[in-house]
Amino acid sequence: MRRSIAAALGVAGGMLAGAAFIRRQGASRERADLYFEDGSMLSLTNGSPGAERLLPLAREVIRNARSR
Amino acid sequence: MDAQQALADLTEISSQIEAAVVFDDQGKVAGSTLSEGGRADELAKAAAALLAAAEGVRTGESVLTQLEVSTGEGSVFVVRDGKTSIAATTGGNPTAGLVFYDLKSALRSVKPAAKTAPAKKKTTTAAKKSTAASAKKKTAARKPTTRKKPDAS
Repeated sequence: MRRSIAAALGVAGGMLAGAAFIRRQGASRERADLYFEDGSMLSLTNGSPGAERLLPLAREVIRNARSR
Repeated sequence: MDAQQALADLTEISSQIEAAVVFDDQGKVAGSTLSEGGRADELAKAAAALLAAAEGVRTGESVLTQLEVSTGEGSVFVVRDGKTSIAATTGGNPTAGLVFYDLKSALRSVKPAAKTAPAKKKTTTAAKKSTAASAKKKTAARKPTTRKKPDAS
């Protein structure tokens, strides 16, 4: 009985840890890629000042597109 | 092509695109996949704000032509060609190259309708004039030869 409870708790803990890991990975993948006329490209990752300005605006665009 | 038709083609071709809007530099909506006009205006306004903020990130000489911002909720793509821009939203992890290609194709199909129509007329009239002039020249060149024949005989 105790073994099965421990196993269930272990599985649940593993699932929670996995979900947290995936969520964290998804959050770190947030970025902004800017392409210029001369062929240059600027990639701003989450945490940089430029991305901090652009990400909320992009979320607003997505919210506007999905709102019903 | 009409902007609305171009967007209908775009959403038919690209299954990744959830919503798209075509707008000018004044924020005026030319076409949208959203059914309600008010929502299309809001989407265009938000996309224009994103574009303006992105322009402010790098104060260089080169002009910003396209951008992709990927968030946890999905991605936003904006492609600009002159005064006309197209913005689109997708789900998570889109194929960025394909989305950009489809957006550029849609934007290209929207633009020529307004610009090339008068130019076509000019080229056709010019072509007609040149062909008419060349035809006259040919007949003028041929006439003396036909007249000479009776004299020669």
